[in-house]
Amino acid sequence: MKTLLSRISLLAAALPLLSSPSCKDSGGGPAATEIVIGEVAALTGGTATFGQSSHAGTQMAVDEINASGGLLGKKVKLVTEDDQSKQGEAGTVVKKLLSREKAVAILGEVASGKSLEMAPICQKAGIPMISPASTNPKVTEVGDYIFRICFIDPFQGTVMAKFALSRGWKKVAIVTDVKQDYSVGLSDFFKKYYTANGGTIVSEQSYSSGDKDFKAQLTALRGSAPDAIFASGYYNEAGLMAVQAHELGINAPMLGGDGWDSPSLTQVAGKAMEGNFFSNHFAAEDASPVIQDFVKKFTAKHKSAPDAMAALGYDSMMILAAAIKKAGTTEGKAVRDAIASTKDYQGITGKITLDEKRNATKPAVILTIKDGKFVYVETLAP
Amino acid sequence: MTLTISYQLFLEQFVQQLLNGLFLGSIYALIALGYTMVYGVLRFINFAHGDVFMLGAFSGLYLNKWLAPMLTTLPWPASVALVLVLSMIICGALGIIIEFLAYRPLRDKPKLNVLITAIGVSLFIEYTCQLIFGATQQPFPVLIPKSNIAGIGGLTVTNVQVIVLVTAFALMLGLRFIVMGTRLGLAMRALSLNPTASSLMGVNNGVVISFTFGLGSALAAAGGILYASLYPSIEPFMGITPGLKAFVAAVLGGIGNIPGAALGGLIIGVVETLVAGYSQSLGVPSGYKEGVAFVILILILIFKPSGLLGKVEREKV
Repeated sequence: MKTLLSRISLLAAALPLLSSPSCKDSGGGPAATEIVIGEVAALTGGTATFGQSSHAGTQMAVDEINASGGLLGKKVKLVTEDDQSKQGEAGTVVKKLLSREKAVAILGEVASGKSLEMAPICQKAGIPMISPASTNPKVTEVGDYIFRICFIDPFQGTVMAKFALSRGWKKVAIVTDVKQDYSVGLSDFFKKYYTANGGTIVSEQSYSSGDKDFKAQLTALRGSAPDAIFASGYYNEAGLMAVQAHELGINAPMLGGDGWDSPSLTQVAGKAMEGNFFSNHFAAEDASPVIQDFVKKFTAKHKSAPDAMAALGYDSMMILAAAIKKAGTTEGKAVRDAIASTKDYQGITGKITLDEKRNATKPAVILTIKDGKFVYVETLAP
Repeated sequence: MTLTISYQLFLEQFVQQLLNGLFLGSIYALIALGYTMVYGVLRFINFAHGDVFMLGAFSGLYLNKWLAPMLTTLPWPASVALVLVLSMIICGALGIIIEFLAYRPLRDKPKLNVLITAIGVSLFIEYTCQLIFGATQQPFPVLIPKSNIAGIGGLTVTNVQVIVLVTAFALMLGLRFIVMGTRLGLAMRALSLNPTASSLMGVNNGVVISFTFGLGSALAAAGGILYASLYPSIEPFMGITPGLKAFVAAVLGGIGNIPGAALGGLIIGVVETLVAGYSQSLGVPSGYKEGVAFVILILILIFKPSGLLGKVEREKV
């Protein structure tokens, strides 16, 4: 009984400690010779190729920083936690990174749904968070400590709508993953711009992540004879959908967002993916020296060309490093202010300026699938 | 909306949706048979059945990888049959091992214990596979060279779909023959009626139960490979949803009843597809197809509580 009571009182004493933000003593982490950066990535599960790529990019940036002397005279230590692509897991692991690892800043997640879980936790703790690739607008609306270095859904949806109209496609069918904030957002903004500028949405279909059979939805939209199909979900379902559209004799090209950017897309779909288009952050065959240099270094290390997630992961770490250098400290508020003032930073994924809503403004590239490879088509400015 | 489409187009689309549902349903039917057989013999639900389905798909993937040098020398129907049969044997053996290790020690214990164990076995298989195969989706190899078979009018059917349907029905007929026309099948039916009486009549209950698990697991493995051929992306948790639907299919058809399971599977496949296909006219997003499909199933069960083909069993007091 006595031990139970003492345990309860111990717990009660510990509670305020748990709820109070741990930022006040940031910089004085476990080892003062290191700067701990936390990273949350989906290394396994449904969106694993995103997490693995962005992690590879981030790790490369950390290695480069450490090779050239580190930050503020200290080594950078990247602590990566896997959220298994599961909703709910990202929140748990980010708490661990903040309380146990005493991370001074958080990088991640790629998927918007997971970033939305992490953002309130980082905001409350007063720790800056940079998402490399979450494009849903709500992510940075959480608070002034939350940043992203990619464009947002309104822009991406608008770009694809613009692209469809420029090709003369007047009738488009939309297929949305109702379980993903990302997909719902993209579809919404596509629809808004497309219908306001003379296009017609002839059919709207939906599914939930993890579905494998889309024949019913595709058969239904086939009846409305669309010029193109906007599939705003992630690569796994998009790949299976392309296969089934092909089987049903649908020849309209499919359009997608950066959620398609994964080697799995063509591995699953094979020939059925040929001639489809998607918007992305970066094209590996862009001739500019910054990009080619990055591609060369990445390929030498990983034996495969970097995708957009790797480039964004790299950029997110580099922008954070630049901000810490500028702030001269790892204290949350100072680093936050330094990140917010990022202007015309020449990253791998374009010239990055963070606006007052903490979103990056930069152009998007359109890629097509040809002979199983992603081929650059054009760049569309905001 | 429907008024603007011509009648012929509407009909064509409807028949296409029916076909889509039929192909999907034939796989649910194959899995449902395993549930129903085990229930018929042992009166318990083997929740690990959906995971054997997943293991079937993975053994197909790895057999295809390992046997590649030999398979390429064979014509594709022979190599498909070889992969299918070998996976069925592997999973049949696994089913027997699962029963022997997990369920047999609980034979005389309350039914609830076995049920909980089944859920445990299911989770154990899923997470072990995640550890071994990784959690990412893997592309399933093309076993059957795909070609479109142009049907009547605008209907489209691929040869893969036809092969899946034919294989599924052949396996179901084969099962019917085993259960109705062989001594082992007779023993299974006897055991199902009354285990004590059947063992008194000289039936070796242990062997018959092992055989039942092996047979059900082999069918699940075939289902896994056929499913992966239709939807070529596989992962360790792929068995959960089809497994759940197949279980409902077995209940819908009347659990313990073999033709009932087949019928239930087909109905679920068709209902689900129709709901998704006509969701715009129904006013629900197609992502909610499962919700609507299951409401329909609940309604059927309210009016036919023992399932469509199930016998009405009076509880003995």
